[in-house]
Amino acid sequence: MNHKTFFWFFLPTALAMFLFIALPLTSIVSQSLHTPHDAVLVVVESCDPFGCKSETTIDHESTQKLKEEAPKGKWVGFEIYTDRNHLAFKEVGELWENKTNFTDFVSSLNNLPFYKAMGFTIVYVIVVTPLVILFGLIIALAVNSLHRHLKGLMVFFSLLPMIVTPLVGSLILFWMIDSRGIIGSGLQDLFADPDLSLKASTGLTWITLIVYGVWHSAPFAFIVFYAGLQTVPQETIEAAMIDGASRLQQIYHVVVPHLSPLVAFVALIQLMDNFRVFEPIVGFSASAHATSLSWIIWNDIGQEIRLMSSAATTSVLTIIGVVILLMPVLVRTWREFNPEK
Amino acid sequence: MFLRKIATVVALTTLASSAWAGCGISEGRVSIVGNEFPAIQTVGAGAMECAGDGVTVETNLTADHQKINVPGMTGNPAEFTAAIVANSSIVGLLNNDVIRPLNDLVEKHGQGLQKSQLVTIDGNIMGIAFMANAQHLTYRSDVLKDLGIPMPTTYEEMLAAGKKIQNYEGLGMPYPLGGAYAAGWNLAEEFVNMYIGHGGEFFKPGSAEIAVNNQHGIDALNMMKALSELMNPDFLTHDSNATSAEWKAGNVALMNMWGSRIGALKGDEVDPVVVAATATGGPMTVGGGTTAASTLWWDGFTIAKNISDADAEASFIALMHAIRPEMLNETTSPQAVWLIDGYEPTPAAAGVFAAAAMGTKPYPMLPYAGLMHSAAGVELVDFMQGKESAEQALAGLEAAYTTAAKEKGYL
Repeated sequence: MNHKTFFWFFLPTALAMFLFIALPLTSIVSQSLHTPHDAVLVVVESCDPFGCKSETTIDHESTQKLKEEAPKGKWVGFEIYTDRNHLAFKEVGELWENKTNFTDFVSSLNNLPFYKAMGFTIVYVIVVTPLVILFGLIIALAVNSLHRHLKGLMVFFSLLPMIVTPLVGSLILFWMIDSRGIIGSGLQDLFADPDLSLKASTGLTWITLIVYGVWHSAPFAFIVFYAGLQTVPQETIEAAMIDGASRLQQIYHVVVPHLSPLVAFVALIQLMDNFRVFEPIVGFSASAHATSLSWIIWNDIGQEIRLMSSAATTSVLTIIGVVILLMPVLVRTWREFNPEK
Repeated sequence: MFLRKIATVVALTTLASSAWAGCGISEGRVSIVGNEFPAIQTVGAGAMECAGDGVTVETNLTADHQKINVPGMTGNPAEFTAAIVANSSIVGLLNNDVIRPLNDLVEKHGQGLQKSQLVTIDGNIMGIAFMANAQHLTYRSDVLKDLGIPMPTTYEEMLAAGKKIQNYEGLGMPYPLGGAYAAGWNLAEEFVNMYIGHGGEFFKPGSAEIAVNNQHGIDALNMMKALSELMNPDFLTHDSNATSAEWKAGNVALMNMWGSRIGALKGDEVDPVVVAATATGGPMTVGGGTTAASTLWWDGFTIAKNISDADAEASFIALMHAIRPEMLNETTSPQAVWLIDGYEPTPAAAGVFAAAAMGTKPYPMLPYAGLMHSAAGVELVDFMQGKESAEQALAGLEAAYTTAAKEKGYL
C-alpha cells in the first residue's frame, strides 16, 4: 500500500479518533485544571410555603460577568489532583508521619476516597481477570468437546450473561441475593445462620461483586477461546496422542500455547474493563462497601451540585491507571510485532 | 348560505377543539423531569392530559431526576422545559441559572394560586409549590397495643419500643425498626434530621464553613447507629422504596417515613392486617430537645430559562392544569399534603401536619447545602458499619465538604 492510499484509507478512522477520543480528552484535561469562579453570594429575602426569611443565594449577574471574562473558569493547575478527595498528598503525608506501623498506614488510607476506591478496584482486577480467563478456557474446552448438534445451543446459553445489560443483570442478582430473596434465604438455610446477609458485610459484598464480575465476563473469554480452538492443528493433537499424552497434557502442551496470543488479548481487554468496574456497584447498591474510580466520577456529577472539575480529574487519573495497568501487556505486544528491536 | 353556515360551524368547532384539545394550549413542547413518588406521578399524568394537536407533553419521572435535570436544562434550547423539584433540588437549578422567573406567567395564568405557593427569591417567583412533605413516625398500632407500648414521641422511646418488640419472641420481628438508611442521599438525609433534632447548626453563621464535628454531630450519629442495630442488616442498601417494601411485608413495626409515601403503604397488594394497623404520628424529637428531628419540604415546579416563551407558557399551563383544584379526588388526596386550594386533609396527611404544627425546620435552601449532603452520604457509611468512630466520620465529612466547597468557589 503506498502512502497516498494508506492516507485515504486511514483518514476516516483518524478523523473519528480525533473527534471522539482526542478532543474529549483535551477537554477533560483542561476541565481538571480549572475550577468554577468564586461564587458571588448575596443574602436576599426568600419566601416559600413555610414563610419568608433572609437566605444566601448566588448573585447571577456578577457570576455571569466573571464567566464572560474567563469562560474556562479559574486556573488552579494540579490543585484538584492533590486535594483530599483525589491523590490527597498532604493527608497521605500526615498519615505516613503519624503511622504506628505499615498495616495501620494502609488501613487508614481507606478513609480517603481515592485510595478506598483503588483498594477495591485493584483487588477486583487481580481476582476477576485470571478467573475470567480460566473459566472462559474451561467453558470453551467443554463446549468444544460436545456433540456438534449441541454446540450451537450451548454457545448461546453460555453467552447469555454477557448479553444481559450489566445494570439489569446485577439488579436481578441483587434481588435474588437479598436476605429475603431466593439465593439469600437459600444461603441462610445452607449455613443455618438466619442473620447471614451478603449485603451487610464488606467481605461478602466484595465476593458478590467479584462472582458477578466473573459470571458477566467469562462468556467473552469463552467465545474468543472457542474461536481459537477451531484453529488448533489436529496433526499436532494427533501426534501428542500417539506420543501417549493424556487429555490434560494435550491441553497444557498443545492447546494453551496455541491460544496464548488470545490469552494476551483477553487479558488486555479484561484489565481495562475491570479497572473501570462500575455497573455492579450501582446495581448492587454496594457503595457503602466498595467504590471504584468510575463510581466516584458518577457520584461527583450525579449530585444536586455537580463537581465537574473533580470528575474530570478522576477521569484523567483513571486513564493514567489504565495505561499503567496495560503497560506490561502493551510492551509485550510491541516486542512480538517488532522482534528485531 | 346554509352551506356557508355549516362550514363556519365546522371551522369554529375544529378551531375550538384544537385550541382546547388539552388545557387551552394551542402549541408548544412540554417536557417534565421530576421524582417518581405517587404524588409526582399524579402531577405528571395531569400534565399529560394537555397533549394534543401541536402540543407534545413528555414526562421523565425518576428517582435520579437530580442527576439529569441540570444537564437537561443547560442546553439551548433545553431538553426539559419544566422540572419538578423540592427545596433542596431547586438549589442546583438556581446555582446554575437554568430556570426563569415566573412573575409574568403567574400574573397571566396563575389565578388559582395561593400566595404561600409562590417560591420567591428576591421578589422573583422561581417556583410554584404544590405539596408539602416531611418525614415522621409510622407505627403498627396492633403491635404497640399488644405489647402495651405507648406511641413513641422521641427517638429514645422508639429505641426502647424497638428493643421490646425484638425481644418479644411470639411476634417474630427480629428487626422491628425501619428507615431509609441507604448509603448516599438517604443516609445523609437521616443525619440532617437527627443533627437538627439535637439542635445543631450545619454552617458557621453567615459563611459556607462547615461545623458539624461537635457534640451534636456525635450524638446524632450514635443515635443513628443504635437505631440501625434494630434494623434489617442490609439497611445501608434500603432506600425509601425498599423500606416501604419491608413495611408492606409486615417485617417492621416502627419507622421514620416520608408523608408522601404513607398512602402507598395501604395499597391493594398489602396484607389487610398491616393496612389496618398502619398509623402515623408526628416527627420525633431526640436527646431531650424540643426541635423535631425532621425537616419540612415542599415540592413544586420550575420552568426552564433556555426555551422559547411559547414553550414556557405551554409548560406552565400544563402544570397548572395538573395541579388544578379539580384534580383532587379519593385517589389523589391521600397521596400528599397538597397546597392546592380546596384540599381536605386525609388521615395519611396527619404526620406532615403534625410536623408543621411542631415548627419543624425547613430543609436549608443554601447554595452549598447539597455539597454537605453528598459528602455526608459517602463519609458516614464507615461509621455506620463500625469501621471508624463518630469523630473520625465527622472529620471526614468536614474534610470532604471543605475540599468540594473550595472547588466550587464557596470557600
